[in-house]
Amino acid sequence: MVENRPWANFFAHTVLIIGVALVIFPVYIALVASTQAPGDLLRGTMPLLPGSHGIENYKLMWQSGVSTANSPPAAKMLWNSFVMAMAITVGKLSISLLSAFAIVYFRFRFRMFFFWLIFVTLMLPVEVRIIPTFQVVADLKMLNSFAGLSIPLIASATATFLFRQFFMTIPEEMLEAARVDGAGPLKFFKDILLPLSVTNIAALFVIMFIYGWNQYLWPLLITTDPNYTTIVMGIQRMTAEENPQWHLVMAAVVMAALPPVLVILFMQRLFVKGLTETEK
Amino acid sequence: MASITLEGLKKTYAGNVDAVKGIDLHIEDGEFVVLVGPSGCGKSTLLRMVAGLETITDGTLKIGDRVVNKLEPAERDIAMVFQNYALYPHMTVYNNLAYGLKNRGFKKDEIEKRVRIAAKMLEIEDFLERKPRKLSGGQRQRVAMGRALVREPAAFLFDEPLSNLDAKLRVQMRVEIKQLQRRLKTTSLYVTHDQLEAMTLGDRLVVLSAGQIEQVGTPMEIYARPATMFVAGFIGSPAMNMVPVEYLHARGSNGLLDNLPDGTDIVGIRPDDMHLTPPEGPHLIVQSTLELFEAAGAESHLYVRLADSDQPTVIRVSGQPPVAEGETLRFHVTRNTLHPFNSTTGKRTGD
Ligand SMILES: Nc1ncnc2c1ncn2[C@@H]1O[C@H](COP(=O)(O)OP(=O)(O)O)[C@@H](O)[C@H]1O
Ligand SMILES: [Mg+2]
Repeated sequence: MVENRPWANFFAHTVLIIGVALVIFPVYIALVASTQAPGDLLRGTMPLLPGSHGIENYKLMWQSGVSTANSPPAAKMLWNSFVMAMAITVGKLSISLLSAFAIVYFRFRFRMFFFWLIFVTLMLPVEVRIIPTFQVVADLKMLNSFAGLSIPLIASATATFLFRQFFMTIPEEMLEAARVDGAGPLKFFKDILLPLSVTNIAALFVIMFIYGWNQYLWPLLITTDPNYTTIVMGIQRMTAEENPQWHLVMAAVVMAALPPVLVILFMQRLFVKGLTETEK
Repeated sequence: MASITLEGLKKTYAGNVDAVKGIDLHIEDGEFVVLVGPSGCGKSTLLRMVAGLETITDGTLKIGDRVVNKLEPAERDIAMVFQNYALYPHMTVYNNLAYGLKNRGFKKDEIEKRVRIAAKMLEIEDFLERKPRKLSGGQRQRVAMGRALVREPAAFLFDEPLSNLDAKLRVQMRVEIKQLQRRLKTTSLYVTHDQLEAMTLGDRLVVLSAGQIEQVGTPMEIYARPATMFVAGFIGSPAMNMVPVEYLHARGSNGLLDNLPDGTDIVGIRPDDMHLTPPEGPHLIVQSTLELFEAAGAESHLYVRLADSDQPTVIRVSGQPPVAEGETLRFHVTRNTLHPFNSTTGKRTGD
């Protein structure tokens, strides 16, 4: 806009600043809390300025964790969360790209049936099917393993559906031109569909990574071995102690919040680029 | 390079839609054939069957001496230019041209050489590193042509390649396509619904209607002697006027209509064969009321209604005659410009 209306400007900025402050405040409190000495947080008044124990709290949490709460070092837990989230993200993306490709570009029998089958599973999130899924995973001896943590969460109707919608907006002539140019189905997928889907892939990557990272109930259910404890589980366990060590909990919380932020920052370049240079 | 032979080619879509109802056509090596017909008559379907993008329900398709009914498009040695160009949006112009060659396992320097030659021919050398979205419509059109050229295929297939361009560019590209084809002498099959494009581009014209061939011939043959009323109405602009013989008889025909072929009950008269000034020799005279006068620069179109009838008719005259709307005009037609038809069969009766 080229208009110059100082009051509107002022008003808009005030609203934005209030909004940002509301979002930032809890994060700030977490940061402050994670730098206090043990016990400082139990005195009733919440300190609003950073304390001086930051480095030692983070170091302690990173290297040794809270064994009394059965919570391994944060480094280990972050790694576990990362592996699980990546496996879920990459798995979901590959499977949904391939199934959307099959549904849109191949005329096989029961094609629509399979599409609806996938679509119907949208109504069955993990929490709803958790007991039977647990049974299956247990029978397959996948308890306490990364496979057990990630595979049951990989099937994704949402992403399949979104990719299907996107593929259907690609003009049919694109496929035909590729066929005349001597590209078989897989070449077409790799050389044309994938590059055109980059924006969608980046956006879904962020969403799925956060979905995987935030998994709580499922990991809690199927892992007992501390070698597979994820950061979200660890935080839960620390807070469930009789006298939670809040400064360490907060340090863990801050560390747990970082990877999703990094993923967003990294992927952002891809999808902002895509959004501004719509290629069709 | 090769000839293309269609024998009884048929296409039935799901739901018993007979899009193409048995086409026999032989296209000589190096010939430029234009398929023309109204929208929905099956032109694209026919072209896509030749390309291999649509399965053939019945009949035989040969490219050269090979029957290619079952071959994939890539194996037919053809190249196609699409109406919406279908360029790969994420690839540079260079890669758009090179993609088909890469897939066929050409060496890098051979690809480079061919792309440069094609780019030079089409004057797109300056855009080779750009993405298609940064090109104008005309430039995209050229890239689409380039993608076909680099392959040096046995035949080019065009599906209304100019219909997304504005009028001026369309004329320019039309001329360029014609010159290019003359130079390369590659067998070409060109689909269009634009009769002007059809008349000017092709060595031979195939007029299609409802999935069937109405007439095949050189553009001038078809213009001079349309075989059916459909062709007569479709080729030529403004369209040919159809006047019942009875009407002319009733106005006194000076015996000029006596030797019309048997079965003739309607005659076609091209708008340019209706003269305001009487020609030498015997002719018919018909009165009409001028309803609309359309000046189109070098020529004018007079939309008239024949006297005592509601038959609309168009007259084309050069320049701008001194006439006013509402005026009653007399126009003159000589016998040799009449196209005799039978309105029941829709076919030409002779001459
Ligand atoms: N995929 C399809 N399925 C069913 N009918 C089709 C299909 N494609 C085209 N048709 C029908 O076939 C006829 C010819 O279509 P088309 O070849 O595209 O016409 P044109 O290119 O001459 O305008 C039309 O009546 C059209 O509705
Ligand atoms: Mg068409």
